[in-house]
Order: sequence, then structure tokens, then C-alpha cells
Amino acid sequence: MFERLSERLDAAFKQMTGRGKIREDDVDEAMREVRRALLEADVNFKVARDFINSVRERALGRDVIDSVSPSQQVVKIVNDELTNLLGEETVPLESPTDGLRIILMVGLQGSGKTTSSAKLALMLKNRGEKPLLAAADLKRPAAIRQLQTLSEQIGIDIHYESTDSTPEHVARNAVDKARHGAYNSVIIDTAGRIQLDEDLMIEIGRIGKLVSPNEVLFVADAMTGQEAVNVVSSFHEQLPLTGLILTKLDGDARGGAALSIRSVTGLPVKFIAQGEKIEPLEVFHPDRLASRILGMGDVVTLVEQAQEAMDQDVTERLEERMRKATFDLNDFLDQMEQVRKMGPLSQVLGMLPGMGKLAASSDVKDALDGDHMRRVEAIVLSMTPSERSQPAIIDGSRRRRIAQGSGTEPKDVNQLLNQFKQMQKMMKALSSGKMPNIPGMGGQFMGK
Amino acid sequence: MLKHLKSKLAEKRLRESVASSRNSFGSKLAAIFSRSAISNQEWEQIEELLLQGDTGPQFAFEIVDQLQNKVDKLGINDATAMLEELRAELISSLEVSQDSSPITELPCVIMVVGVNGSGKTTTLAKLAHSLASNGKVVMLAAGDTFRAGAIEQIQYWGNQLSVRVIAHQQGSDPGAVAYDAATAAIAHKADFLIVDTAGRLHTNSNLMAELDKVSRVLNRCIEGAPHEVLLVLDGMSGQNGLAQAEKFCNEIGTTGVILTKLDGSAKGGVAFGVVRQLKVPIKFVGTGEGIDDLATFDPIIFVDALLEHSRGQGKQN
Repeated sequence: MFERLSERLDAAFKQMTGRGKIREDDVDEAMREVRRALLEADVNFKVARDFINSVRERALGRDVIDSVSPSQQVVKIVNDELTNLLGEETVPLESPTDGLRIILMVGLQGSGKTTSSAKLALMLKNRGEKPLLAAADLKRPAAIRQLQTLSEQIGIDIHYESTDSTPEHVARNAVDKARHGAYNSVIIDTAGRIQLDEDLMIEIGRIGKLVSPNEVLFVADAMTGQEAVNVVSSFHEQLPLTGLILTKLDGDARGGAALSIRSVTGLPVKFIAQGEKIEPLEVFHPDRLASRILGMGDVVTLVEQAQEAMDQDVTERLEERMRKATFDLNDFLDQMEQVRKMGPLSQVLGMLPGMGKLAASSDVKDALDGDHMRRVEAIVLSMTPSERSQPAIIDGSRRRRIAQGSGTEPKDVNQLLNQFKQMQKMMKALSSGKMPNIPGMGGQFMGK
Repeated sequence: MLKHLKSKLAEKRLRESVASSRNSFGSKLAAIFSRSAISNQEWEQIEELLLQGDTGPQFAFEIVDQLQNKVDKLGINDATAMLEELRAELISSLEVSQDSSPITELPCVIMVVGVNGSGKTTTLAKLAHSLASNGKVVMLAAGDTFRAGAIEQIQYWGNQLSVRVIAHQQGSDPGAVAYDAATAAIAHKADFLIVDTAGRLHTNSNLMAELDKVSRVLNRCIEGAPHEVLLVLDGMSGQNGLAQAEKFCNEIGTTGVILTKLDGSAKGGVAFGVVRQLKVPIKFVGTGEGIDDLATFDPIIFVDALLEHSRGQGKQN
């Protein structure tokens, strides 16, 4: 949906090749683009302004390194600064006092407190600790039931009371139970509240005083807009927070709110949460979030997504066969299937740096997701298994049959077979360490 | 289509607009600018005002550009007049022509969709309450079979509002729930059937396909169903709200948006992009946790609230 920052910067820097230093007006133009990227990522406008000012100073007067384009260099400075600002890699949980770590989960409605509480509990359990969950959200209908169900799913004890109780009671009783039951941690899920609701804000302050938590984690929705800063600051005033959990990062939100919150309050992002399935919370990587905020593609996430989607065994077998250059059309079908599992190819391409624009163009979309790939697949599917493993046996009569079966022309079948032959040659060359110069190899089977 | 509901909510809107006009626009403007002349500083303030309200850079920059052109062309050099132009521009950009073809046959089926945590179930309860207190026979379908506690949550509201809820077990097929609910709605001659759905991120293509299936099941049971597909959008959300709306519109044809959580400090400026790019109307706004806290969307009130943000802006910078 958004153009990528690096492309915009390329455009902004088009005129400045061949100059020795990064100059002021070049930087101004570049900083406008950076600001826009930050704003699109929902970084607070004041935070974006301050950030731009500090980066501008760092970029000015830098020598342009020969091998690198000025835009790449600015992107690097911006990216480094952003990573820096987002903080350290892993900020561990505070250690327990007298053997018990008390964790209070707070935040707005719908940010994902209950789900995150369960995920946090599971993470601690996996580390060999013994956590207790406490259902202190008595406000939202069935919130207790939700935490009960989740705790059963992951096999973690829970303390809950009836909705006639008070959150203060639940919290205090849970802490007592945890102390007497040899638990290492107690995770108290509280009701979602808006920072303008004075009564509820006073209540959360009271709960804090009552149980003196080691950790007060603010659960922040990665999709939050400009108000994130005000919200977290208000919570922080009422009850000193110790860190953030950033949720819903499995979507395509760029998560600029995290930068805003971090730079205004200094609170570290302790964990991130992806998905509603109860899996442990994940460690926060500032560099990945920086790239994501800048819209520069998220290569690591792409790789992880690919790993998750691909069948490890099949992938290994394919690699093996590619290396030995025995890769045939059967393998090609497998490979297409594997790649498809990652989602529409244009979306996959869009995650690569600098490919955003390309992936969004309708020509490329058609080639990747549209009829062409389907036609190729139809042709291969119309072959017999032995034809797929030995394409050489395909003669004129077989070719006509395949064309008929796939609703294509014999020349389409021919074209595919020729391209495949070239690809096999290339693999052979690659596996023997020689790189042949085949123009347009990236366009194999794409018809482009 | 939701006329009954709207007439009731209109009362509420009226009360609110009276309250807001007392606190008139003119006096708010005075707080924005210390001087009446227009300089770069004023333009920057307007831009930041829009950005702060989550309208997003694209919309904010474009509106400021447009306004600058207009001001030049008309020879406006007074800040108050300029802001009146801005206000008019913003209000008109929220208007979208609606086709309200009357439903010939009841029940009217409303599907409520959205990402996790946007406030679907609460909003659904508010809708049901409004309709039921207008004498309509309302039925609810517990179509969120995924989230733990979701079925209990909707059943709680069913009890509170004395409205029938059709539910299966957690983990069951939402399509089957939709089928049973549609059949029951016909059998009980319900006026409205409101179908809850599990929260899903718009990027999850499998879950988006599931929504489509629910919609098809409803359509097979009741002609023209779902008559409304309402997207519940968190008013706190930033520019991702636009991506959400885009996906939901493209994949299941959203007929309207409900902007929730506007009782906070967020201004819901993502609405501008939604209306402008997708031509989908904002139908209702959620203004609190109470069962009555649902109002018909009013562009005037909405824009004035956005501009109100500006108070004391100059001092902070």
C-alpha cells in the first residue's frame, strides 16, 4: 500500500550522484521522506520531528562512500539511529522478591492483555518456572472464563473469584496463594481501561500499591495510532510501568507506536506477541522493528514465515536434488506447492527490500499470482510421472496430448520444456561451481 | 436499512450536537492561533493537528495543499476564514452517497467483522440493545467460536438484553452456527439477526476466506443476506486501520464501518482515508463501555472534535 522508503529516497537523491559530500538540501529532501515514512508507520508526529532533527545533524557533511549510494547511506544512518532508540535486544524480567515475581498486566481494552498473560505464563513454564495466573478482570463479560479456558489449555494454575469480588481482592488473594503454593511468578490480568477514566485509573494505582509488583507490563496494540504516547504516559503516572508487550505484530501494522512510547517514556519493549494461538511470547528485536517501521521490508520475518510454511523434509530433498542437478519436473511441482503455502507470491516479493513497488505493479502481480503460473502448473500436471522425471521422452504426440490436457498449445509446452532444460543446465553449472551467464534467468517460467 | 436504529440514535445525536454547538467552533478556533495572519507557522500547525488526529500523512499533506491553493485563489488572508474552509473541506470529505434499498423480507441479517480486540462483541450488544428497545425481535449468532470465552460473552449479553442467542461449542464451525442461526431467525420470525465473528487480522487469508464462507451460508438461507456487513474499527488505530478496511472491503464487501473507542483521547482520523479511498460510509461510533454508548456517525461533530485537539497546541511546541 505504501511506497517503500528506500525507493523514495532513491528518487530524492537521483540528482546528487557524483558529489563528494551529503549536502544540506539533499538531506532536507531525504528527511521529508523519512518523516513521511515514520508518520505512515504511526510514529507520533512530535517524536518523528525530534528524530528527524537528530538524524539530520548526523547525516550532514558525511563523506559519501564510493561503493554506496547516498540514499543507501542515509537509510543506514536512519536505520541505525532508530535501532538505537528502540533499545536493547533482550531486557529480562525483573527478578523475584523473596522467591516470587509479581507481574501486573495493564492496558487499554482490546490490546490483548488476557491472551498475552497466558502467553507469558507459558513462556515462564517453558523456562521451568511455576507461574500462577490471576483473573482480575471482573469487568468484561466472560473475561474470567477466557483466562480459565486458556489456563487449562496450557496446563497452568489459575486463581479466580466470582464477578462479585473486587480486582483488589483477587490480586491480593492471588499473591497470597502464590506465596503459599511455591509459585515463582504470579501474572495478574486486569480489566482494560481508558486513561481518561479516573475511577479505573485510581483502581489500578490501588492494585499496584496493594501487591507491589516487580513488573507492571503495559500491553500495547501494534496498530495504535498517535495517541499511544498520551495513553502510556497517563498509565505511567498512575502506576510506574516497567516495560511493554507489543501485540498483534503478526499483521501488517508497522508498529511505530512502539518507537513513540519508547522515546517518550524510555520504557523497554520486553516482548512481542504474534497471533491468538497460545504460544510463548517472543523476544524483541529492535533492528527488525526498525526496518519494519521504515517500511524497508522485513527479510527476517520473510525467512521465518517461509520456514514455517515449508515442509522441512521436502525442502531438504529439493535442495539435495538441485545440488546434484537431478531436479526434475516432479520436484518443480513440489516446489511450486511449497512456495504457494507462503501466500500470494506478490506478497512474498513485497517483503523483500526494494521490491515493494515491483510487487505492487499489476503486470508482476498477474505474472506471479495470475494465469501464467496456473498455466505452467496445468502443463506439468498433464504430464505422466515418467514424463516429469524424464522430459526427454516427450515427443510430438505426447506434446499434443499434454497441450490438450492442459488447455494450452503445443508451443507453450515446448517453451516450458526449453526453459526447464536451461534451468537444469544452470543448476548443473552452479553445483559444479561455475556460474554461466544466462541472461534473464530470474524470469524463468515467468514469461517475462 | 437500519432506519429504526437510526431514528432512535438521532435523538442522542441531537442532544450531543446541541452540547457541542454551545461550545461553538468559533471559540475553539481562537485557541488554535494566536495571530490572525497566515504564515508558515499556521500551516505547520494545521498539518500537525491533522496528523495528531491519525488522519495519516497522505491525507494531511493533501488537504493542506488543497487548502493552500484555495486560500491563494480566493485571496483569504485571515486565519479564521481559512479554518472555516478547512472545516468545510474535512466535513465534505466524510460524506459518501449511500444507497439504502429497503429490505422487502425480514429478517435483516447483520454481520459484524473486524480485527482482534476492536470491540465487535460489545458493539454487537449495543446494536442489539438499540434494536430490541425499539420493539424489534433480535437474535444473535455466536459466530466467534475461536476465542476462549467469546461464546459466554455473547450469551451474557443475550441474558442481559433478553435476546435469543444461537451458539455451538467453542471450536465448532462458524458456518454451521450461521446456518442454525439463520434457520432459527426465520422460524422465530426475527426482524434482525446479528452475527458475531471471530476477530481476525486482515492479513490472514485463511480466516478471511472463512468469513466469506459464513457470508455465503447466510445468503443461501436468507435472500439478500447478509444485508449489512459492518466492520468494527478501533478508533485508536493508526494507519493500519486503512489497510484493515481495505482488505475487509475487498474480501467480503463491507457495507459500513463502526468506529469504536471514541470516548478516549483518540480522534479516529483514519476515518478520512477509509471514506475517501474505499467509499465506505462510517455508520456508527462507539462512545463508551455502556450499552447505550452507540451513536450515529455525524461528520460535523466528528470534525469539530478533531479540530478541538488543537487547543494549547501552540504552547506545547
